[in-house]
Amino acid sequence: MEAGTLTHSRAPRVGLRLPGVGAGLGRGMVVLYLSVIVLLPLAALTDQSLSLGLSHFWDQVTSPQALRSLKLTLLASLAVVIINAFFGTILAWLLVRDEFPGKAAINAVIDLPFALPTIVASLILIELWGDKSPFNVHIAGTPAAVVVALMFVTLPFVVRAVQPLLMEMDREMEEAAASLGAGGFTVFRRIIFPNLLPGLGAGVALAYARALGEYGSVLLFAGGLPNTMVSSVFIRQQIESGNNTGAAAVSVVLLLASLVCLAVVSLIQRWAVRHDRASSEFIPTLAAEGKPGGEGR
Amino acid sequence: MLGLGYVLLLLLLPLGFIFYKTFEHGLAPPLDAITSPDGLHALKLTLITVAIAVPLNTVFGVACAILLVRHKWRGNFLIDAAINLPFAISPVVIGLSLFLLYGTTGWFEPALAEAGLKILFSVPGMVLACMFVSLPFVVRETVPVLQEIGTEQEQAASTLGANAWQTFWRVTLPAIRWGVAYGVVLTTARVLGEFGAVSVVSGSISGQTQTLPLFVAKQYDNFNLPGAFGASILLALLALATLLAMNLLKRKEAA
Repeated sequence: MEAGTLTHSRAPRVGLRLPGVGAGLGRGMVVLYLSVIVLLPLAALTDQSLSLGLSHFWDQVTSPQALRSLKLTLLASLAVVIINAFFGTILAWLLVRDEFPGKAAINAVIDLPFALPTIVASLILIELWGDKSPFNVHIAGTPAAVVVALMFVTLPFVVRAVQPLLMEMDREMEEAAASLGAGGFTVFRRIIFPNLLPGLGAGVALAYARALGEYGSVLLFAGGLPNTMVSSVFIRQQIESGNNTGAAAVSVVLLLASLVCLAVVSLIQRWAVRHDRASSEFIPTLAAEGKPGGEGR
Repeated sequence: MLGLGYVLLLLLLPLGFIFYKTFEHGLAPPLDAITSPDGLHALKLTLITVAIAVPLNTVFGVACAILLVRHKWRGNFLIDAAINLPFAISPVVIGLSLFLLYGTTGWFEPALAEAGLKILFSVPGMVLACMFVSLPFVVRETVPVLQEIGTEQEQAASTLGANAWQTFWRVTLPAIRWGVAYGVVLTTARVLGEFGAVSVVSGSISGQTQTLPLFVAKQYDNFNLPGAFGASILLALLALATLLAMNLLKRKEAA
């Protein structure tokens, strides 16, 4: 997610060299490590998905069960990012522009979903909103459970993407608009919202990529019923029943969807750098506040 | 108000609830679960994966960040893009990829069988899964800090006769240490909590290939709720420690 800014940083003529090894050897080692850990396994996955031919790949992806899981995954993730785009912007606004007791604690706890293991989240959610719910709200094992679990894990993305942009924003523009007679809503729509748009876009795309692949938090809470089976749970089920090729085929589809999300983030960032909309990184960052240019997942 | 209510319902309520639920019947049930042989083994295995995956990804992360920022090369954008992949890929897909590479029908199976090495359903496979999912954090946190500090001090050091190692240890590393530390905290948190990828490659055998998150799922499946909550509270406390460390490091760096 650095691509946009990397090309814009000044290239030093002299500077730190990788100690111990030359740049060429260092680069070779980095590429080797990356290949062994990340690229080789993904190549094996792609190879397996196509091992019985393209038509078999297509049959696996378009089987009723696979299609149903893909549809649920795409739609539930879409609903979740829309909800979080709305609440995430409100939260970022509160954390930047408002003062209230406990603000520092709220700001810190926003990152909880990044730090809490997903399986623990799933356990808590099923005990809170399952059969034994102390509030008598029973949604475990329904599509609503998928949405709630995904809302939990993706909550920080939009907040952390929008927050730094809000902090950098020039208040004078808003004051000028207001003094020219613009109402609160007009100021938001014409001045504030356009300035937040790149952060919002990047945050939503990353949250969407995360939601598409989420597994742990939906596992116990939503389960593997026909109407709650997201693609990652479906893939797991196919592995267990020995259908590796089918599992790999659906995985490749999921992988491609995630790659599109990453590409969107990268495009937004390039656009923002070109238009000087972002002096620092606005990729959702686990480190938004007070940390210049911090960047997270 | 709306925003605060959202945080309250979605984050604070679950956080409070896990403490209530764990200690509902006193300290004994969760403690028993963690100190059971399987629980202790899961804790030990979790710490082993952290001890291997985090240092390796830290060294890689710092080296990779230096290459990306300080050595212009036309292939850098490809390295940069590949590093982000683990952020976007489902943990189950990561697990399946490793399964297909090292498993019985995998590319490496003949060579592994000949060498008598077992990767899948044992610790090496679980460590590889953890390394995959947590690979980007140190790179992503170090790159912006390296860009920020610029090269003047490094140039001064080398003008004064420092070699590459001395420049790195005395000038660069002290300047980027909080950024690196932040990345290390995120890497550790991710490795501690990884579930999906590890569950595919480990087989989740109690007392053998079970990390704490896998232990939680297994206890839940066995209807042992106190056991599941006992291990969960340990992971939740580690998550809170992570949040605390993130906050402290943010302040260090801002100062």
